[in-house]
Amino acid sequence: MAMLHIVNKSPFERVSFRSCLNHAKAGDSILMIEDATVGAIEGSSFADKLKAAMADKTVYVLSGDLAARGLSEDRMIEGIKSVDYAGFVDLTVENETTQSWL
Amino acid sequence: MKFTLMINEGPYQHQSADTALQFARAALAKGHEIYRIFFYHDGVNNGTRLSVPPADDRLLQKEWSELAKEHDLDLVLCIAAAQRRGIMDEDEAKRQGLDANNIIEGFRISGLGQLIEGGIQSDRTIVFGD
Amino acid sequence: MATKKFMFVNRKAPYGTVYALESLEVVLISAAFEQDVSLAFLDDGVYQILKGQNTDGIGQKNFSSTYKALGDYEIKKLYVEKESLEERGLTPDDLMDLVWEDEDDDWAEKPSIILVNRSEMADVMAEQEVTLSF
Repeated sequence: MAMLHIVNKSPFERVSFRSCLNHAKAGDSILMIEDATVGAIEGSSFADKLKAAMADKTVYVLSGDLAARGLSEDRMIEGIKSVDYAGFVDLTVENETTQSWL
Repeated sequence: MKFTLMINEGPYQHQSADTALQFARAALAKGHEIYRIFFYHDGVNNGTRLSVPPADDRLLQKEWSELAKEHDLDLVLCIAAAQRRGIMDEDEAKRQGLDANNIIEGFRISGLGQLIEGGIQSDRTIVFGD
Repeated sequence: MATKKFMFVNRKAPYGTVYALESLEVVLISAAFEQDVSLAFLDDGVYQILKGQNTDGIGQKNFSSTYKALGDYEIKKLYVEKESLEERGLTPDDLMDLVWEDEDDDWAEKPSIILVNRSEMADVMAEQEVTLSF
């Protein structure tokens, strides 16, 4: 069963994002919301860890949260897909289960 | 699809309640059903009618109340969490011998079983927390 | 009522926040619904089931003995992540002795704690239908 992992805290504040990546399986989706969206930016100390996960998982960012924090999508790691709340809903429908990493 | 949402944090302190509200609106706009929204931990603070934020800021409790009215939603505050945090409806306040109640229209207070039942009955259960 | 696989994910230490206590309250209630319940203890969640908790010095109620009651409620799948213990300088010996009684085996006491590595924990998580995080 494919799982949608929702992360909401910055990888620089909490271990939850890291822990999520340590437990997500191939074919799963990962959605960054709220403060976790800062993890989408290329060139950060977290970028390599996220890029490694992207080899077999699809990674999304909630566009509104990224913009709110003054980060533009052209600074994102290549391959991350941007979604709005409607897209967020779609992700929860497309994946059989959801886990929030708090 | 039928959704149950679990909201673990109070308004303003964390973004969770805002995110959940936006999610709920988007899900309803897409024609999905929201079976229940269950408020736990500090999430019960989404149910007070005594909040007075600055005039130019959102009033989350009222937004929940209005969304519930418009879509006939079941907004449930966990009784144990509500008691801990001083969120009372009229009956509960009387039962506890308290001199006030503070719940906003559209919410009801009930037990944790409602969360489990929501998870059983719904196709998707989404947690918004910190 | 349908039977679903419910997992309660515990990743935070007790007492610093309310999540450990209030998540345990949900778990106990879930027993009444006869669902297929598992608990996951990973990251700082492993501290919730450490033995020897003494809260006399901090003015909070010590609720750790409540975990011992889980077996009586037929909640007997407590997955504990090995890497999370190791990272924290802990061993399985540090954990409370949590058991359930198997009525099909002459009420023999069996351990409820199931030690898993990270990859096994991921597999267990992937099987769940409803995952509640606190």
